[in-house]
Amino acid sequence: MTTMTVAPRFPLYRKEAKYEFLRLLRARTFTLATIGFPVMFYLLFGVVNSRGHEVLSASKYLMATYAIFGLVGCSLFGISVTLSNERNLGWLEVKQASPMPAPAYLVAKLLTAFAFATIIFGLLLTLGLTLGHVTITGTEIRNLALTILGGVLPFASMGLMLAMVVPPQAAPGILNLIYLPMSFCSGLWMPVSVLPHWLQTVAPVWPTYHLSQIALGGIGFEMRGTLAGHIAALAGFTVLMLGLAIVLFRRNATAS
Amino acid sequence: MVAVEEKSAVSTPAAVEVAYLRGATKNYGAHRALDEVSLSLRAGEVVALLGPNGAGKTTAIKLLLGLLGPDAGEARVFGGNPRDAATRTRIGAMLQVARVPETLKVKEYLDLFRSYYPTPLPVQHIVRVAGLAGIEDRLFSQLSGGQKQRLLFALAICGDPDLVFLDEPTLGMDIESRHGLWQQVRDLAARGKTVLLTTHYLEEADSLANRIVVINKGTVIAEGTPAQIKSRVSGRTIKCVTSLEEDLLRRLPGVTSIEVKHGTTVVRSAEVEDAVRQMLALDTGLHSLEISSPALEDAFLALTKGE
Repeated sequence: MTTMTVAPRFPLYRKEAKYEFLRLLRARTFTLATIGFPVMFYLLFGVVNSRGHEVLSASKYLMATYAIFGLVGCSLFGISVTLSNERNLGWLEVKQASPMPAPAYLVAKLLTAFAFATIIFGLLLTLGLTLGHVTITGTEIRNLALTILGGVLPFASMGLMLAMVVPPQAAPGILNLIYLPMSFCSGLWMPVSVLPHWLQTVAPVWPTYHLSQIALGGIGFEMRGTLAGHIAALAGFTVLMLGLAIVLFRRNATAS
Repeated sequence: MVAVEEKSAVSTPAAVEVAYLRGATKNYGAHRALDEVSLSLRAGEVVALLGPNGAGKTTAIKLLLGLLGPDAGEARVFGGNPRDAATRTRIGAMLQVARVPETLKVKEYLDLFRSYYPTPLPVQHIVRVAGLAGIEDRLFSQLSGGQKQRLLFALAICGDPDLVFLDEPTLGMDIESRHGLWQQVRDLAARGKTVLLTTHYLEEADSLANRIVVINKGTVIAEGTPAQIKSRVSGRTIKCVTSLEEDLLRRLPGVTSIEVKHGTTVVRSAEVEDAVRQMLALDTGLHSLEISSPALEDAFLALTKGE
């Protein structure tokens, strides 16, 4: 007999990702916050500060760091809030009872985070090149794009871990309490060098600090620390978050 | 009712067992949700799992779906583990969901869930049987309560599964939607599908099921055809405002109990038509008359008392 016992995988994964993306794109609170805030901040603080045509301008610096601010937002919120809701309010069970393979569900959320990070980066790059008078080479754009895409992984993992602990109603509030201070303290809104000295000292505890240093180093700014050190820190952070997510998931599964 | 049509019940005894729970026990912390429950589903039958809130109905379904693992006993579907992907392609489930992502359209949900199954039903067919015609382009957030339930039903059947689980399928539905869904369940049965549904409503179980399993506090307290179950719940209740004395009421046909509360008299009788006829004749001022079938609570009292 040649009857298929499972559905073809590629269309299934493609549709899962497509609809996860569409559903978030249509959720106005999500798109306004994750795309709107970095773009608005960049217009207010980056474009306005673009005096003259210096190579290492504030508008160039902020274009990179707001892109990171944006990718962290869409990775954290796009994964944590949706997953926490779906886990606690029954929708995930409907999908688990269906033949949907579990990886398709997670891959769809990850690809959606990549898509939103790309959109935010594209918008900021366009604004930077036009209104912000940013001078950037092709290589630098490629470096920045790779950093942004690679940067989705640690924060998607963090989003996954947080989804296991935050209750759905409180998720956006709790995430903001982590997301906003972390962005400030790691130099996403203003250079680390202008932060109070003690904040500069503890900056390396934030994963966003390491990612922003890689991004800045790739577009001609002086990098604090070494590239290898930052990559190691982010890789370690990713493994820690995924490990915690698995432990918490198992603990929740046995508790229920 | 004169002719009582017996549903082609319990098919043939030799019908293939497609799923079962054997001695299944499930605890949530210190609370025992299911206590050594055994339940068998045979090909082509509609089984109703009847019980009040917290009886363990949903837990039983989740064990059969593999969403929960039993603490003791076993759950098998099509001879295998319900968690296997190949087993799941033969199952459809409509579960109680507090919140569904609201920014996808009806047709998009159908497209997505059809992609999970190797041989899904055609979209037009699903739309027709689930009553979704004309609302395919609406976002989930724009649907009424009944439409939402119908979409969840559509997602349960879109893969053309052989075994369908419906957890409180008519909850929050208006009468029309409810009867529509009943018809769909009958159609599934007519096509040889096996259906397990949970409900609080005796009427729903009665009108749909070949077999009813009554469950309370995690244990099965009765099992049988609707006729067998109903015969254990005797009488209907007459509620009215009347000046008739209790002593007199007690002598009416089939009366088993009388209760007077706030000026309203509630009489339970096994021969309710005859009792009402006499009451109306004896008290021309009788008003606010209501006659109702036994509520599930009463069914439970009757069923548990007998043990």
